[in-house]
Order: sequence, then structure tokens, then C-alpha cells
Amino acid sequence: MKIAVCVKQVPDTSDPDTEVHIDSSGKGVDQSKFSFVINDADNFAVEEAILLKEKHGGEVVVVNVGSEAANQVIRMALAKGGDSAVRLDDEKFAGSDPVALARILQAGIKDLGCDVVLTGCLASDDGYGAVGVALAALMEVPHAAYVKTVEVLNGTLKIGRELEGGLLEMDEISTPCVLTIQTGGNEPRYASFKGIREASKKEIKVMDLAATGLSEDQVGEAGSVAVMVQYSVPVVGELAEILEGDANETAGKLAGILKEKGLV
Amino acid sequence: MHEIFVLAEHRQGELRDINFEMLTLAGKFDSKVTTVLLGSGVDDFASKLAPFSDKVLVVDDPMFESFNALDYQAALKALIEQEKPHLVIIPNTGQGADILASLALAMEASFTSDIIGLEIEGDKPVATRAFYGGKINGRIEFKDADLYMVGLREGAIPAGEGTKSGEIVKVDNPVGATAENRKFLEYVQPEIGDVDITQSAMLVSVGRGIREDKNLPMIEDLAKLLGADVSGSRAVVDAGWLPTDRQVGISGKTVKPKLYLALGISGAFQHVTGMKGSDVVVAVNKDPDAPIFQYADYGIVDDLLKVVPAMIDKIKELKG
Ligand SMILES: Cc1cc2nc3c(=O)[nH]c(=O)nc-3n(C[C@H](O)[C@H](O)[C@H](O)COP(=O)(O)OP(=O)(O)OC[C@H]3O[C@@H](n4cnc5c(N)ncnc54)[C@H](O)[C@@H]3O)c2cc1C
Ligand SMILES: Nc1ncnc2c1ncn2[C@@H]1O[C@H](COP(=O)(O)O)[C@@H](O)[C@H]1O
Repeated sequence: MKIAVCVKQVPDTSDPDTEVHIDSSGKGVDQSKFSFVINDADNFAVEEAILLKEKHGGEVVVVNVGSEAANQVIRMALAKGGDSAVRLDDEKFAGSDPVALARILQAGIKDLGCDVVLTGCLASDDGYGAVGVALAALMEVPHAAYVKTVEVLNGTLKIGRELEGGLLEMDEISTPCVLTIQTGGNEPRYASFKGIREASKKEIKVMDLAATGLSEDQVGEAGSVAVMVQYSVPVVGELAEILEGDANETAGKLAGILKEKGLV
Repeated sequence: MHEIFVLAEHRQGELRDINFEMLTLAGKFDSKVTTVLLGSGVDDFASKLAPFSDKVLVVDDPMFESFNALDYQAALKALIEQEKPHLVIIPNTGQGADILASLALAMEASFTSDIIGLEIEGDKPVATRAFYGGKINGRIEFKDADLYMVGLREGAIPAGEGTKSGEIVKVDNPVGATAENRKFLEYVQPEIGDVDITQSAMLVSVGRGIREDKNLPMIEDLAKLLGADVSGSRAVVDAGWLPTDRQVGISGKTVKPKLYLALGISGAFQHVTGMKGSDVVVAVNKDPDAPIFQYADYGIVDDLLKVVPAMIDKIKELKG
């Protein structure tokens, strides 16, 4: 089974020190203080790809659209069991919406003859939840979004899509197909030292615009159907009353409030 | 905008709330609002949707008893080609997100997903979406097209009252045969555990901010003192630190306790959807910009690993 898994490098928004500030252009954010990690859902997608390979044999190709800095997350996926990688990198790719991104990803995997393409269900930064489904449409293969369980049947896959309230919709889907992987369906492994050592020898093929065979007007903003033109700070209603002081003081104030409200 | 299509969502015999949110959004524009209802034996749904629609276009066929993205897409494609709406609003849900991008590409429509707001400027829609877990918003402009499509986030638009009485029009199923390469099998209900957090009077809820599961006993101590149950965000459940049935949020449980104490939870919309009906919300988070503070009554900007032990002490003192 040949599997491609798409991984995105995103700012670590679970880090309390990651501040999101709109830059002077209004179209970007100040990235200087970000620490970067693999997108949460992509981490589960990588694990699913490796589990499939371990059970059914085959090969896992890690695919990314990003700059050299993204090699960090690519190498980690290779260390966990990915076999090779493709990184699509060109300044013309900047500003791509999910359609343009899917087009770039497709160019990166079209010659691989994949049986299964996995993406995350949602990127934690811009969160379109659309790239995987768009990719399937471009590849003209069936897809399923928010997939939490994958089981290989005879020539098809049995998958569980997670819906609101945690309800699983079980479907059967033929290959080749694209699955967008939801978090929590497996236990992403840690890379071993041996894996990390071996990953440094694995190939990361870099493709620029020319190598993709796409034209300038198919990528970036030009190739997008919807463009983010201006960031703004959300207008929020009433914020919480912030209790001031050190932990002892705030805890004391809170205990007092809870008592007053009859909650203690 | 001449005509707006709204795709109705139903599941296991129930119309979902998002329908009335989408229809309220569509209703604020000066356009004909057509609700597209694909289902089997759905007369009752059609009559519930009619007060919010100028027309309810119904395809009543056993093919649509359950959701299948490929069949839905084929039907919508045919109906859109026939009626030529200018805007299609789809729920940004487990069903809707499974068709939005592929349908839009098939229709050569300009689209975006997970919007929280929409305006029409000139004859074109302009959308608002949230970025970076709700920390900033972005304005989305579309490339000129004959058709625009958007996926609306659940809970983003408060549903209004239905004041119309749209005609219900049944049409033949435009799809010849169900898709060969994807088939619906069955629904599997989530597991039920020992505690039903939807009934809890108080919840101490933890997020990824607790860092390691070895910090859980301290959370349990605090919960025990308060007489509360422990719940958590999806991140904590994904990590295996709490069982699935303790998850609060859109893909977990909707809770409405008297006290919801959110510890190290950022306040992603998928989480907030499940807890915003709580009476008193208290958030402890190290990040003063965490969106959870928008939904909390009281906030503490500090390390929860310091605040929780201090709270345990203070509450013990109170209780004497
Ligand atoms: C289809 C779909 C469905 C989903 N359904 C749900 C759902 O039902 N429920 C749900 O919860 N999520 C759901 N999510 C995931 C959701 O988008 C978020 O990823 C998730 O809620 C984040 O969990 P968190 O707040 O615990 O973690 P994070 O977002 O990583 O936040 C951690 C927070 O902890 C703070 N912190 C860190 N260290 C400390 C410290 N020492 N002291 C105090 N604070 C600290 C940080 O500042 C940060 O705000 C869903 C996502 C998708 C795509
Ligand atoms: N720059 C990228 N490189 C590789 N994969 C990506 C990239 N952007 C998005 N993806 C994939 O598409 C998924 C969904 O992204 P999105 O539609 O933006 O929420 C992610 O989880 C990734 O698997």
C-alpha cells in the first residue's frame, strides 16, 4: 500500500507564550516569537499512515508545502517511519487558499501512484478543514472527512467518520481515496533515537513551481478562489472579571466568590 | 444575489439546529431563500423549514435516508445546475465539510469554509472567518464567479424566528444510482461511561495546559472538595488522560453545570459550544489573550499548577 501523508507546520498555539499579533500589512501575523510544531491532526495522520504500513506493508511518503524550516516536522515524520518526503517550496505559493494548496499538493504526489492519501482534518492556524476534500476532488477520487478509524478490508477501507456529539458514521470507501484524519483515533508514537538517526539520511525531494508543472496563476493568491485580505481583532462582548494577585490571593478571592454564590 | 440555496442537515431522524442559523443568515439578504432538503420520509422536516424559507425543494428518496457525501454532491450539483442560485450555504459540520470543497470545485464555485459572518457587498459575498483558534478574524474576498459557496460554523449566527411560509416543492431524485465507491454502513453511538457529565452540577474541566497526566490527581482532589466531576477538552481526551465520555464540546457533550471551572483550556469554539450554557464560568489560563476569557465570568491569568493547590487550601479553610 502506498500512502502519502500531508503535514503542515503550524505555530504552537497551545504555548501560553505564543502571542498572535497582526503585522503592519494587516495580511499577516508577526511570526518572530512563534515556536513551530506539526499540526495536531497531522500528527495523528502520520501515525495512521505508519500503522497502515506496519500492518499491510508498503511505503509512506511525507508531503509538505513549506519552507526549509518545515524540514523539522518532515524529519520527525520520517523518524517515526515515513520512507521519503516531498517538500513543495516556492515564494509564489504564499497566500494559497485550500484550492491552490490542494493543487500544489496534488502536483507533489501525482506521480507516486498512491492508494491512500491522508491529511489532517483541520489545520490549527487557518483551520479551513478543506484542503483534503479539495485534493480528492482534483485527483477525482472519493474522500471522507473527519476520519477517526481506518480498517483495511478486501480492496476497500472501512472507515469511521466522527460527527457532532461523537457519533461515528461507518462507511466503506474504495481506493485510491483521500481521508482527512481527526485527532484521537490512535496514539501518536514518539520517534526513537535510531529513527531520528535514520531520518537524517532519508531523501526530502524539494519541488519549486517549475518542478510542479503548474503555472503562476494556478498557485498563491492568483490561483485561489477566496483570499484573506485583512486580519482584525475580534470585537468581543464582556470579558471575564480578572482576579488580580499572586496564586494565593487569586485563589482566596475565587474561593470567596464561590462561597458567596453558594457553590462551596 | 437572486437566489440562495441552503442545504438542510438532518441526522438519525432529527433536524439539526444549524438549519435555522443558516436560514436566519440567508434571510437577511434581499434574495429568494430556497432550502434544499435531501432525505427519506421528510415531510415533517419540510414543514419545519418552510417558515424560514421562500421555497423548500425536497428530494424524498430512500437514497438519502443516511448521509453519503458522494450522493449528496451528485444531487446538489444537479439541483444547482437546474436552479442556478448565486450563493449556496452549507453547514460547516461533519456532513457539510465532507462536501463543501468537492462540490465547489465540481461547480467551479468560489468558496470558503467555516465562516462566522457574511455580508453582500455589491453583488458579491464577503465572509468573515476566525484564525489561530479564535484569536483573530480575517476578511475573505472571493474571486468573481457565477456561484459562491460558504460553510457556516455552528453557533455563529443566532437563529431568529420563522416568519415566512415557503412553498414545499417535491422533485424527482436527479441521481440515478447511489455511488459505487463510497457506501454508508451504520452509525455507532459513543460509549457511555460511569459519570454523565451533562447532569453534573459542577465541573472541573482540564485542558492541555495541565501538561502531563501526573497533574491529574491534584485536579481530582479539587473536584472532590467542590463536589464536582472532572471533565476536559478534546486535547486531554485525545491524549488518553480522560475517557471519551468526559469530553466537553461539539464532538463531545454539551454541559450546563452551575459552575464550570476551565483549567488550561484555550477556549476553541468547538469546546465553547459545549459549555457556554453553564451558569458561572471561571477560567484559569496563563495566556491573557486566551479566548476562554470571553466566555468566563471570572478569570485568573496564572499557572494553573500554582492556582489549583492554592485553591485546595483556601476551600479547605472555608470548609473548616
Ligand atoms: C471537528 C472538530 C471537533 C472538535 N471537537 C472538540 C470538542 O468537542 N471539545 C474540545 O474541547 N475540542 C474539540 N476540538 C478541538 C479544538 O479545536 C481544540 O483543539 C481543543 O479544544 C484544544 O484543547 P485545549 O484548550 O485543552 O488545548 P490548547 O488549545 O492547546 O490550549 C491549552 C491552553 O492552556 C494554557 N496553558 C498552558 N500551560 C498552562 C499553565 N501551566 N497554566 C494555565 N494555563 C496554561 C495555554 O495558554 C492554552 O490556552 C474539535 C476540533 C475539530 C476539528
Ligand atoms: N502547507 C501544507 N503542507 C502540507 N499539508 C497541508 C498544508 N496545509 C494544509 N495541509 C493539509 O491539509 C489539512 C487541512 O488543512 P486546512 O484545510 O487548512 O484546515 C492539514 O491538516 C494538512 O494535512
